[in-house]
Order: sequence, then structure tokens, then C-alpha cells
Amino acid sequence: MVKLVAQTPCHGLLPISLGDISLTEVTPQAIFSYAPFAGQTRGASEALKTHHGVAMPRPGRVATKEDVTAMWFGQDQVLVLGARADAGLATFGAVTDQSDAWAIVELHGAATLDILARLTPVDVAAMRTNDTARSLIQHMSASLTRLAEDRFQLVVMRSMARTLVHDLTMAATGLAARQKIIQE
Amino acid sequence: MRVDGKGFVNRAKAVSFSFDGKTYQGFEGDTLASALLANDVRLVARSFKYHRPRGILTAGSEEPNALVTIGQGAQAEPNMRATVQEIYDGLVAKPQNAWPSLAFDAMGINDWFAPFLSAGFYYKTFMWPRKFWEGLYEPIIRNAAGLGALSGQTNPDRYEKAFAHCDVLVIGAGPAGLMAALTAARAGALVILADETPQMGGRLLAETHEVGGKACHAWAADMVAELQGMDNVRLMTRTTVTGAYDQGTFGALEKVGHHIADRDDDLPLECFWRITAKRAVMCSGALERPIAFPMNDRPGIMTAGAVRTYLNRYGVAAGKKVAIFGNNDDAHRTARDLAASGVEISAYIDSREGVALDGDFPVYAGCQVTGTEGRLGLENITVRKGTTDLMVSADCLAMSGGWNPSVHLMCHMNGRPKWDEAIQSFVPVDGMIPGMVAAGSAKGVMDTGGCLRSGAQAAIEALGAIGLDAQMPDIPQAEDDAYVISPLWMVDLGGKAKHRAWLDFQNDVTTKDIKLAAQENFKSVEHMKRYTTQGMATDQGKNSNVAALAILADATGRTIPETGTTTFRPPYAPVSIASMGAGSQGKGFAPERFTTSHLATLQRRAPMIEAGLWYRPSYFPQAGETTWRESCDREVNMVRSTVGVCDVSTLGKIDIQGPDAAAFLDFVYANTFSTLKIGKVRYGLMLREDGHVMDDGTTARMGENHYVMTTTTAAAGQVMKHLEFVAQCLKPEMDVRFISVTEQWAQFAVAGPKARDLLNLVLDAAIDDETMPYMSCADVQVAGVGGRLFRISFSGEHAYEVAVPARYGDSLFRLLCAQAEAMDGGPYGMEALNVLRIEKGFITHAEIHGRVTAFDIGFDRMVSRKKDCVGQTMSGREGLHGDYREQLVGLKPLNGQQALLAGAHVFDVADEAVRVNDRGYITSVGYSPTLGSYLGLGFVQNGRARHGERVKMVDHLRKAEVICEICDPVFFDPEGGRLRG
Repeated sequence: MVKLVAQTPCHGLLPISLGDISLTEVTPQAIFSYAPFAGQTRGASEALKTHHGVAMPRPGRVATKEDVTAMWFGQDQVLVLGARADAGLATFGAVTDQSDAWAIVELHGAATLDILARLTPVDVAAMRTNDTARSLIQHMSASLTRLAEDRFQLVVMRSMARTLVHDLTMAATGLAARQKIIQE
Repeated sequence: MRVDGKGFVNRAKAVSFSFDGKTYQGFEGDTLASALLANDVRLVARSFKYHRPRGILTAGSEEPNALVTIGQGAQAEPNMRATVQEIYDGLVAKPQNAWPSLAFDAMGINDWFAPFLSAGFYYKTFMWPRKFWEGLYEPIIRNAAGLGALSGQTNPDRYEKAFAHCDVLVIGAGPAGLMAALTAARAGALVILADETPQMGGRLLAETHEVGGKACHAWAADMVAELQGMDNVRLMTRTTVTGAYDQGTFGALEKVGHHIADRDDDLPLECFWRITAKRAVMCSGALERPIAFPMNDRPGIMTAGAVRTYLNRYGVAAGKKVAIFGNNDDAHRTARDLAASGVEISAYIDSREGVALDGDFPVYAGCQVTGTEGRLGLENITVRKGTTDLMVSADCLAMSGGWNPSVHLMCHMNGRPKWDEAIQSFVPVDGMIPGMVAAGSAKGVMDTGGCLRSGAQAAIEALGAIGLDAQMPDIPQAEDDAYVISPLWMVDLGGKAKHRAWLDFQNDVTTKDIKLAAQENFKSVEHMKRYTTQGMATDQGKNSNVAALAILADATGRTIPETGTTTFRPPYAPVSIASMGAGSQGKGFAPERFTTSHLATLQRRAPMIEAGLWYRPSYFPQAGETTWRESCDREVNMVRSTVGVCDVSTLGKIDIQGPDAAAFLDFVYANTFSTLKIGKVRYGLMLREDGHVMDDGTTARMGENHYVMTTTTAAAGQVMKHLEFVAQCLKPEMDVRFISVTEQWAQFAVAGPKARDLLNLVLDAAIDDETMPYMSCADVQVAGVGGRLFRISFSGEHAYEVAVPARYGDSLFRLLCAQAEAMDGGPYGMEALNVLRIEKGFITHAEIHGRVTAFDIGFDRMVSRKKDCVGQTMSGREGLHGDYREQLVGLKPLNGQQALLAGAHVFDVADEAVRVNDRGYITSVGYSPTLGSYLGLGFVQNGRARHGERVKMVDHLRKAEVICEICDPVFFDPEGGRLRG
């Protein structure tokens, strides 16, 4: 019997270290989107809480419980990372498998904010931990989430993984060259 | 020449650079201008129109004369201002607009013809013969006039763009800016302080008075040090704020690498910042204006403030024998500072009567400079007192006609500044830019003490507006000399003036040109500007604007406020296009989207083509094939005879769910989807609101309230946007949710008579016609992985599309290709896909290009009349139906081997192939190996009624004419037996 072999979106591209900056791929076990139907937001939130331990986050926020993260992803839409959707959710909203749709990269290091300031118009420095935003990374539609002081999660369409890595690398090397002239 | 003990350049570090082929020494901290003056180089450029010898006029970014080309080869950058270019070891600067040399410029002959080259000369001179303009006159004029030239090579430099956010943006770090930044920073605001130069302090670095009991530059250094130590402050040096835009957004250009020798390849040359600020304080200072006296453009004639800057900041005396000419008390400082440094002052000329000045130099009060001498540099000036002319020897003349507040940024949203009689200048008005206030000399405050206070006050005002309390800081003691000025725009010698007096040095505009414009009725200041070109050069009239309109006011008998100013627009200073497009050079222009089969496709040596942002294989060459056509023909035959595999993941896929999903689809599609049975697929046609076709595709019903829509590759984004629009604006009451699943699934077309046999090798449960009839869909297990199967066909063959989660895409593609090859099949690319669909008359966006209706493509009956849909009403408009419409047809050359050309037009055989006889055009062509003939799809007037008739295809561009027959667009298997087979 033939067997299909899985590949991650950033296969062959990551991890990368540039000075103290690291780019690593994040591969949650599964991802699904959840969009409550009209008037079902409360029911959806409760169902999410019951089956996956996290309630629907407010716009611009992320809620995490153990391995499951619910991330605001747009108008009336959350992305749940780290779990397969329980069948009980479908009563209250649209569940769509997104496990393979996104390239997810974690950017970590002291220059994280400076790198992002070169790629996105969002005021990343003003974001608190667990704040999330939909915006642009260079020319790409993206989601940005602050995981910690010096750590961001970046999400773009799977097909654009290579461009994401390229754009992050350009910003990081440009910054490193700037650092060098300041030190000299 | 250098003056001992003056300036802040690092005399311990000599820097070697070259200008005009000669090597010179300067010091670290010098600009190219200060280093050239230190080496007694006064001639640095030739002027734009008359090619007159020119020197350095200013010490800042407003410089109109001293433009040079920096660097060599592809990296050479023209029109760099010597007054802001910092020198570094090995810097190569070249003069521009001069041939064969700067000292002897052949085009200097233009100067002799000056009487014929007055304002508007080419409107008058080159009117006829008209056709000579483009071919003859314009090239000659462009060659004779002009600045530096680009290298013509691709620029290898890297540029950067970046975003910054703050509470308070302070623009300019002079006394007002430093005080504003400090006040805001101490109140806890996030502050950005931006300054054009490498060192903050502004005029405080160029003056010698005291602030707070110490030298003003030392006070500035203390303030900068305090700001540097604060976490909430970002100091941006070498950064010019170039534009004020909506809602607190500012553009700013940072020069990152221009001052670095042997730049790292990764180092950006410039960074273009978008700064978003809750409030802004404009402390952009003031610019000194020259006086228009006869022959005021010789090298050695500069602004008085610039002479002081070179002396006090760079330790350079701009001349050995300096004369000073002014109409205000500020110019006195130049005399004082020069005298204190031991530089000889040959004359102090003040246009005002009774001005007294202490010093060991002759003072001429109530006098004017009426002439100058010196071919390549100033030698003598003529001073007139009453009717007496006096010759004074000078190699430098420092002039001051007063100071203009730099109001430019405040005017970027079309606000108009107001005239302030006391300082004879325009000053900003409150509210010109929402959220921005002016302070310091930019607001017309001309003493240092006043500037410090004004900066602090403006910051408190800005902070109050964003809810931050701030204390008025202690204002240090500083000079508060009154700024006394009496207007002097030009030295008027009456009608006898033989010599020209320059206003706009950069565009060679003289006082005579302004008067001529007024005389020829170009009396509005905007008309005068365009007629004379005053203010249209890279300095944007910073040095000449106010004087020019004062003279225009005089010539037209109006006051200056009545005359008004021209419009200042962004950018404040020149910005390279490269910096604005940073990150978008080459492949950075757009993201690249790769399918999961990309690597396997490259390994098969397939040339890739771009489809939107996606990369797709053109064809898969095999050993022995020398042209794309051979590969394409083989792939078409392969699909028709065995089986072919093609990655179709790039088509848009949208998951649609909700109680109103069916109703929603009925509304966005022209045809009906609520009647589609679960497990079935239907072709759908989508109209725009104007009734024309937007997109087409198939949509599958996966459940009662669950559909999966496919779109074309090209229109995937457009359709998604359209659905959002309909859901949010047109049908907000519908309960429907959707999300793109384009990237979730890797989807492959498996097409050909052996398609099912191939699939049954990889599916866990075999399918047959009963379980999987034409236009059905199902969840399936593909080699143990949950996937989806659709029985649809874009080739006219018995075909399927099989989808698996994208992580398995690479693996499944390799598997399908290997299995297909074992059945004499294999992968096929876009060329074969195109031929296959043309043979079947299937349309793509080549046909539904935005100007065609459902009627045109023969799908009028698909626009259901039983329900409403987007575009339904408008598609019934008059003019969108009828025999005058160009309708979709097939076109077949009589001689099948004659190539049809897409884009060619169709004419009746007997007609002449001219526009009025146009009957239609061809949209898609291909060679059909199946039918042994070229085939085309196109649109022909009343085409559906003309099947069987002959027409001629004419391509005027590629010079081709082919007689064809109009036929049904479905060339192959019109009954569709193979689809269902």
C-alpha cells in the first residue's frame, strides 16, 4: 500500500539564525477556523470552552489553554491552533479545517521589534503579550501575534512561506549592517 | 581656509576625497562643501540654463548651486547637495552640467545668448515648424540644460522602508526642537526627534552666543545627552521629514549609508520612514534669503548665515577678504564672528541708513551692492552710496535679505501661510495641519530665548491634546536680540540695469524674468511660477520664493499678501524613488506563490510561467523534444489517449457555510445553487453589478448548509472580496460564513480515458461510474489520507480533481505522476491545458475579460429569471443583447497549418482591414494535435448566426492575414460523450 509523506509549509527553509535572531517554524497538530453563526457567539464561545478549554478571544486577542490557542483572526472569526475541532462546535458556527493553509513562523531575538518595524505598518511595540493583529508583512496579508517581549508569531499563506523568510531575512541583515556601523 | 580653534570637525582625523578629478583633504565631520571651502575651492558647478560658474550658496539642504554626482559606475548618484554630503575616505565627487571642464564649459556660450533665453523663450522660439519640436528642439534643449545624469545601469544599492509610531514627533533639533522634545519626553510621552543633519543642535551649532551660561553648542550637546538617556525618546539624525499626510502620518527620509566608506552590501543606502504621530511639533527653523543685486551669482557670494555656519561649525573661513551685505541686524553676527576669528572684513554694507556697528572694518550704511566682478570667482564688488560708486575688493560676499520661516510642511495639506509685516515673511497659521503646531523660527520667532520658550509651549500644547500633563520647564537664559529688518528684495538700478540679478539660482531665473511674466500678463503667482520656472527646481524655490513674489507684487501693483505664495507640496527635500519603493526591487515587487508540486516540477525541468502571483509549469520537456510545441502536442495527445496529471491548486477555493449558504449562492451566482443535490457539482457564472461576467467556476455541495466554491486562479482574490462585499453590504441579513481554503488543499486534475484506473491505484476504496458519476463529489481516502474527489473536467475528457491536505501535495503529485507514467501518461502543463480547453470551447479570463456579458458568451440562459442575483437587472440593459454584439465563436483557418494569433482582429473577407470594418477579435489560439489544425476562440459580431461563414483574421502588428471559418466554439466531442464515459 502506498503511503503519502507529509511536508511542512517551511520545509527546507527553516530554521534560520541570524546573529541573535532566530526564525523557526511552528507546526500545530491541527488548525481550524471557527466562525459563529448569527447570534451564536455566546454558544460558540461556550462550546469552545467546553470542548477545547478556551473561550472565544476578544478582537485583537489570543487565548491559550495548554496546547490549544484560540486566536482572533478577523470579523466574527477565530483560528484555533493545536486541536481538531470537536463535532459539538458545528451547531453554533462554521468549522473549517485550516491545518495546512498557513505558514507559521516564530521570530525571536532582541531585534524582533526593529525587524517587524521594517515589514508591517502595525505598531508592534505597542502590542502586549497575546495581542494579535491582521495586517501586512511587506506585500503579504498576514497575522501577527506577540508571544513575549522579544517573540512574535507570524502567519502568512502557505504558498508564500519562501517570500516570508526572504523578507524577514532582508530586514534582519539590513539591520545587522546598520548595527555594525553604529558599533564602529 | 581653515581657522584655528574654530569648529567641531575632528582635526585628529584627516579624510581624503576627490572632486573634479583632484584629491583633497578634509576632516571627519566636514561636509563636501565645508571641505571644498577649506581647500579654497569656490567654483563647484555650472548653472542649469546659462552654464554660469557657480559656487556654494548655503550650508544646508536648501542648496541650489552645489550639486554634484557622488560615487562611480552603477552606484553613481547625481544631484547630491555638497552642503549635506558628509565626506569619507575615498569619496569621489564630480561636477555636473559642464563640458569639457568646470573651468571651461563649452555650453557657457548660452550665457552670451541670455537676452534670447528669457522666461518663456521656448514657448515663443520653438513654436514652428511644429513637427520639429519632438525630433529636434526638445533633444537639443534637454542636452544643453540639465543637471546630473543617471548611470543607466541597475542600481545595486539596497534601500529600506520602515514604520515608526510615537506620541509626539518633533521635526528639527534646533533650540525650539530640543526644548520641545525635552518637555514632551519629561512628561513621559513617546517622542521622536528627527533632524536633517548628523549632529543635533541646528543653529546652535552655527552661532557663538550663550545659552544657560554656556556656549550654545555645549548647551545643545547637554540636551541631546539627556534625551539620549531616556527610554521614551528616539533620536533620528540624518532624517528629513519630507511630507505631512493625513491623520498624523509623516514621510521621512533617513540617509543611512551615504556617509560610509566601503559600505557593506547589506547596508541600506537610505530608509524611507512612515511615522505615525498623535501630535507633531514643527521646529523646522528658517532659511536665509539672498538679495537680488546685479551679478549676485558668482562663486564666493553666499548667505551670511552660511558663512557663519562654515566658520563656527566647520572652522572654515569662506574667504580671505569677506564683504557683508545685509538689510537686517542678524547679518551683524557674521561680521562679529569673522572679526573675532581674525578674518579680514573688507566692507560691511547695510541698506538701512544710520546703522552703526562696532568693528575694525569699514561700514557703509544706507548703501547697496550694485555689481560684482570675477570670472570664475568673486574678486570685486561695487558699492553705491547715493550717486557714488566705490570698488571694494572681496573674494567672499556674505549677503542677508532676512530669514524665511520654513513653513513648507505646514502647507502640505493646502493651507496658506500668512504675511507677517514685522519680519517681512510668511508664517504658519494655526490648524494648517491637524495635530501639528509650529514653534521657534519656523513660527517667526527670531531670537534664541524666544525659540526655547516657543518650543516648550508648543510641546505642552501637544501633550495637553493627548491628555498628558506637562510642566513649563525652566527656560535657560539666552540672547533675545530684536530682529530688525527693513525690506530689500532687489537692488533696483532703474531702467539702466545692464546686468542680471538672480532670484532662483537653480533654474537661472532673474528679476527681469519675473517682470517679463507680469508684463505678459502671467500675473498670478502660480502662472508666474510656471512661465518663468521659478521655484520648480530641486530646491523647490526655498531660496527664491518670497523674493520672487515680492517683486511680482511690486510689478503688478499689489501687496505681498495679495499676491500670495505658490503651493508647497511634498517632498520638502528630494527623495529618491528607490527609497520609496524599498523592498520592491526585482523579485521583491510581489510575493511569489509556490504550489506544493513546485520542487517536483522543477526537477522535471519544466519552465515556469507566472499566473498572478503563482508559478505554474508551462510544459514538461522530455528527452529529444526541442521545442515547446513538441512537448505540448505530446501532452495533449497523452491526455486524449491515456491519462494526464496537472496541479490545479492555484484555483481559488472558498468554503461556504451557514443556514443561508444556498440563498447566498443563488444571489451571487447568475444560476441556481439551492437546487443542487448534496454530493453534486455545478458550473456557475458570476456577474458584476454592471451585468458583465466577473468569473466562473464549479461549486460543490458538501452538505445541506455547506458548499465549496472554486474560482479561476486570476480572480480568486476578487471573488473573495466580492463575497465579503455582498455579505457585509448587500445581504447583511443572510447568515453565512466563508473562508478561503485555497491553501488548505493541494488539488490535482487527473484527466484522460485512464483517469479512473489511475485514481483507483491511490484511492483506498475504488470508484466507478455509479459511485462517482459525472459532476459528483465525495470525501475519499487517498492512500490513507482524508481527501476530496470531484468528477469535473476542463479538458473534455473523463476527468477528476483529487484534493488532499497541502502537506501531502508533493507526495501525491509524485505518486500520481509515477503511476501515470506506468500507464503511458504523465504530467501536463499550462500549454497543454490551454489547448485542451480550446478544443472544447471552455472559456478563461482571456474570454471573460471584463467587457463581455453572459449573452456574448452564449450563456444568457444561465442568468436565472426565477430569482434575483447580482447583475441580473443590469444584464438586461439595452445594448447588451442583440446581433450587433460581438459573440463567442470558434475560428478555424482554412489551411489548418496557418497560425492564428491572439489579439488579431476579424474582418469580412471582402472588406478592407481598417477600423470601421472591424467585426471582432481573437482571444485564445492554439494548435490542436487532436484535430491537426490551429484553432481559435474569439468574438465576432452576430457570430452565432454566422457559423460556416468565412472571415479574415488580420494582425496589423505582426503582419499576418489568415482566412478562417466561423464555427461553434466547441471543436471536439460536442456531444460530451468522453466526459461521461
